[in-house]
Amino acid sequence: MHLAHYLGLLHKAQARLGDAFTEVGEAHREEPDVFHICEKLAAQCRQHAEKLEPFARRYAEEAPKEPDRLHSELFSGTRTGPIGLLRDLQDLYLMAAECDICWTVVGQAAYGARDEDLLAVVKSCEQETAVQLKWLRTRMKQAAPQALVVAD
Amino acid sequence: MVDRIADPWGPRTPYGPGERWPVRVDSFLSDGHTEADVQRWVPTASILHSNGDAMDIAVIDDRIVGVRGRAGDRINHGRVDPKDLYGWQANHSPDRLRRPLIREGGRLVETDWDTAMGRIVARSKELLAGPGGWGHFGFYTSGQLFLEEYYTLGVIGKAGLGTPHMDGNTRLCTATAAAAMKASFGTDGQPGSYTDVDHCDAIALWGHNVAETQTVLWMRMLDRRRGPNRPAMLAVDPRATPVAREADVHLALRNGTNMALLNGLLRELIHRGWYDEKYVRAHTIGFDELCKVVEDYPIAKVAEICDLPARQIEQAAELLGHSERLLSTVLQGFYQSNQATAASCQVNNIHLIRGMIGRPGAGLYQMNGQPTAQNNRECGADGDLPGLRNWANEEHVAELARLWNVEVDTIPHWAPPTHAMQIFRYAEQGSIKLLWISATNPAVSLPDLARVRRILANPELFVVVQDLFLTETAELADVVLPAATWGEKTGTFTSVDRTVHISDKAVDPPGEARPDLDIFLDYARRMDFRDSDGNPLIKWTDPESAFEAWKECSRGRPCDYTAITYERLRAGGIQWPCNDEHPDGTERLYTDGVFNTDPDYCESYGHDMSTGAELLPEEYKAKQPGGRAFLHAVPYQPSPEVPSDEFPLLLTTGRTVYQFHTRTKTGRATQLVHAAPESWVELNPADADRLGVGEGDLVRVESPRGVVRGRVRICGVRPGVVFVPFHYGYWDAADGAAPGEGRHDRAANELTITAWDPVSKQPIFKVAAVRVVKEADSGGRPSPAPTVGGPAPLDGSGIPATVGGPAAEAPSRGE
Repeated sequence: MHLAHYLGLLHKAQARLGDAFTEVGEAHREEPDVFHICEKLAAQCRQHAEKLEPFARRYAEEAPKEPDRLHSELFSGTRTGPIGLLRDLQDLYLMAAECDICWTVVGQAAYGARDEDLLAVVKSCEQETAVQLKWLRTRMKQAAPQALVVAD
Repeated sequence: MVDRIADPWGPRTPYGPGERWPVRVDSFLSDGHTEADVQRWVPTASILHSNGDAMDIAVIDDRIVGVRGRAGDRINHGRVDPKDLYGWQANHSPDRLRRPLIREGGRLVETDWDTAMGRIVARSKELLAGPGGWGHFGFYTSGQLFLEEYYTLGVIGKAGLGTPHMDGNTRLCTATAAAAMKASFGTDGQPGSYTDVDHCDAIALWGHNVAETQTVLWMRMLDRRRGPNRPAMLAVDPRATPVAREADVHLALRNGTNMALLNGLLRELIHRGWYDEKYVRAHTIGFDELCKVVEDYPIAKVAEICDLPARQIEQAAELLGHSERLLSTVLQGFYQSNQATAASCQVNNIHLIRGMIGRPGAGLYQMNGQPTAQNNRECGADGDLPGLRNWANEEHVAELARLWNVEVDTIPHWAPPTHAMQIFRYAEQGSIKLLWISATNPAVSLPDLARVRRILANPELFVVVQDLFLTETAELADVVLPAATWGEKTGTFTSVDRTVHISDKAVDPPGEARPDLDIFLDYARRMDFRDSDGNPLIKWTDPESAFEAWKECSRGRPCDYTAITYERLRAGGIQWPCNDEHPDGTERLYTDGVFNTDPDYCESYGHDMSTGAELLPEEYKAKQPGGRAFLHAVPYQPSPEVPSDEFPLLLTTGRTVYQFHTRTKTGRATQLVHAAPESWVELNPADADRLGVGEGDLVRVESPRGVVRGRVRICGVRPGVVFVPFHYGYWDAADGAAPGEGRHDRAANELTITAWDPVSKQPIFKVAAVRVVKEADSGGRPSPAPTVGGPAPLDGSGIPATVGGPAAEAPSRGE
């Protein structure tokens, strides 16, 4: 059973997204809404990772060797200024999108494994990830015209 | 005669449920004038609070000499708030601005209108010439202009310049009211009527010190409380306000925990079966989710989070649960606090699950703080589209484009209109280059003032200020335009219960001061804004033609004004919607349980309550609201700032009955100045003891952002909480330095945090971590805080009572 690999992928993606939310929030403290909401969402991502941990451990026992190129690198530090903010939020968006699709995949696998407990975790967390994506889109839509068309 | 400083609420006229509230006509005429001397009475309503009390201005020899309440008006039945009795005297203040000012060599110097407007127009044209020019303009207005002025400015901004960067200080006072009503009911618009006070059997005041903010509404409540079958009363407020002292149950909760309390109360109501299952099924969406979320808030847990006795929470639930006609009113204790929109929606939820909406006594006021805030929201000079239209609804935007005869894409509709704090952020970053501030004073009223001053003082930002006086904000402007005020210009405005009043011109403004409407019309003419056919964009020329234009814009929308005329308003206030179908106006909304949530009609497609993420049109439509109201539910989350070892106390800011906003007017009326001359700091006796501080001692309140000094009043504020009124700025600061140059240690907003609610974007003024340090002994002098209202001293303190004396004596005539 290869489920463990995807659980590992999602677990790591959630942990990294949590760290990235923290970093981006800190880097853009001058945008108080970005700072405060990133802080909240970082905590949410860490909770997701925690909830996944017992499942990752359990399925790891029956997993073969991890396949090549499982993990991807989507974040390499923050930027500054209005366009920097936009780009940083876009990084977060892509990372959250990775989590989002992983939840779908893991959820499907949970059905296959008849694992009701895992399914319950997926159902509650995937909704929160969907809201994270929506918030990022909302905030980027707001920032884009001013940053790309108006600012010097 | 009544000393309305010593007794702001005047004599009681008790009445019972279902009876008509007795008339009591209050008046005040200066200089020994009597009513017989008055040559002209000119109809108006209050602009020193949001209640909308109707009154007449007394005129002798083309000079205002006083005011008298209108006996026949539906809102006040003749009563007048003390701020209105005395506040008009500020119109005559010798320091009124009489001529425009422009900045020359770093100083503001007098000039003529042509030069001042010429400068604004030259800068505007220069900015508009480049790509994205629209984005360099920001407009920050008020809750004190008239409907006609907001609408005109809204059209100038949205169809002339095409900028989304328009907001008002309404963002600081009522953005959450609007957001909560949009979220629950589909559009803005108050469901209730003030006559609900006459019929209710319980009143719940959620973070609303109505006794000091809308005294006439409080008089009505008190008259019911002194009459037969009085309504029960619940107050939620960390301070011992007059409301809290009157209430049967007072929940002095920890600031920032409203959401936990409401979740607990809703859980209790649901568990005990105190809800209307039939109404919930027929008229709401989201009940199961609501049950799921509140289930996690048993009373013991809520008691812990809110730091309240469990028994009190039960009593509150019982009071709500036993009521048959519950009236709720919500204000800044919710709107300016943590999880503002979500908590205010929970109040809506109480009414929705109990089916207590749209019938006499079962009312709900998502209150306004300022007199004309409602109109800014309706007319779209703030972060809304005119006519309570939905910026994300293409057909709504197309309607406006047809009405104004401009291209759809001229109207900014690609994202929500920019909220005030973001406008200041763009100004800080330099992408907004022209900021036009009218009738408001952000240099005292916005959070984190050091930052606000820095932004306004930046020479790269061209600041226009339109005001009556050289305010702390005007001091930092590049152009200052002298404006006419209430009594000197004509226009209309709308109260919390949707009552529209006219305010007629009584006298000429001083010097060259002009009505705000004339200033905006002049700007539009000089900018030569045109419609698609090359005709002038703004086709109206005076208040009445502006009102007629607005009526067309309001047609078919919830705030339909089409059957209202100036002539009808001169006979008395009328509640919108008022159209062919409802020619005499509409007392209550949602009487049939059908809400404005239809996707083609609603004002918003909704938000995620904890992040503010917007829902897409398809997601909204998929919920198939079909006229049902939304029950929103979210868990409690702690405030962005909580006490720490370094800053162990919680600051909350607020108001006194004697002052309005930043005291631009009330600080220039003798009786009001004497009653509340200087800022103060409220402490609980236990905290004061621990800090070694006594009554009248000078203390320093420090937050991570700044310092404020004030003399302590020991009173009934909850332990761990410090209260500082936000009214006091620097124009009359005792150190005698010119504004902007003296010590900045008086305005409460030196301390507050730059943070806002994710949905309403209303700043959080009620939760900041601070510490208090003693600086000097009182020398036996008590604090300058009034003894009336929230800062009332503890029993037996021996502090002399606040009185107005002969100068404040005013007649109060019963029927």
